[in-house]
Amino acid sequence: MSLIEAPRSKVASPRKKRGINWEKWGWIYMRFSGIVLVVLIFGHLFVNLFAGRGVKAIDFAFVAGKLSDPFWFWWDLAMLWLALIHGANGMRTIVNDYANRRVIRRILLGSIAASTIVLLTLGTLVITTFDPCPAGAHPADVPSFCKER
Amino acid sequence: MPKRVAGTLYRGREGMWSWVLHRITGTAIYFFLLVHILDTSLVRLSPQAYNAVIDTYKQPIMGLGEIALVAAIGLHALNGIRIILIDFSSFGAKHQRAMFWVVVTLWLLLLAGFVPRQLMHIFGGGA
Repeated sequence: MSLIEAPRSKVASPRKKRGINWEKWGWIYMRFSGIVLVVLIFGHLFVNLFAGRGVKAIDFAFVAGKLSDPFWFWWDLAMLWLALIHGANGMRTIVNDYANRRVIRRILLGSIAASTIVLLTLGTLVITTFDPCPAGAHPADVPSFCKER
Repeated sequence: MPKRVAGTLYRGREGMWSWVLHRITGTAIYFFLLVHILDTSLVRLSPQAYNAVIDTYKQPIMGLGEIALVAAIGLHALNGIRIILIDFSSFGAKHQRAMFWVVVTLWLLLLAGFVPRQLMHIFGGGA
């Protein structure tokens, strides 16, 4: 007997007995990605908000300099995927807990899934197809290494 | 009267409030993340477009917003480590209540380090 009723809405899908236990892997993913995200996001915040001139140093040239470095390229790409899926899965849990009407739940879960797919695609394309020295850009707006090209 | 519920992780006191705070901070961070992916994507459009939007992040009101963001992320991260310790170690389950106050203490230390620095960046003059 459990003392507290599980906070799960009645319309959320009941657990299936066969096949892959996705809820379990989601649970494991939250903890695994959480540990990695602590490192990635605190590193991101330190470099972008704390070090140097903080947020005032951020402009196109700053981001272009970072994304031209394989270290930050992979850092940002990993952060995009791990954080957005972590966040979307967390929102999914909250919707499953509180959305008591079937239609509302469907709409909310569908919106979370759609926005996640769109933003993962957009973010990945931006990071992988990024040009730090776009043609026609003002020299003052681009990283200093663009002059040497 | 039903018997008082004691010694549970998610009902009453620190365990419950850390759970509530984890959901609130998580939701807030999620919506910031959606916006942040969109604003950063402007680097692919043009330097001018990105700079115009990122300049708004340097305004005082947004500077204070960044303090709220770091506060939310700090609490979510530290409490997340606490959750992992509770789930994967008997030490964590036994000391979850004490660990909540460790989380609060570390969080205050984090903010003590970040907030003055951020106020300097935002209000300290210079472009």
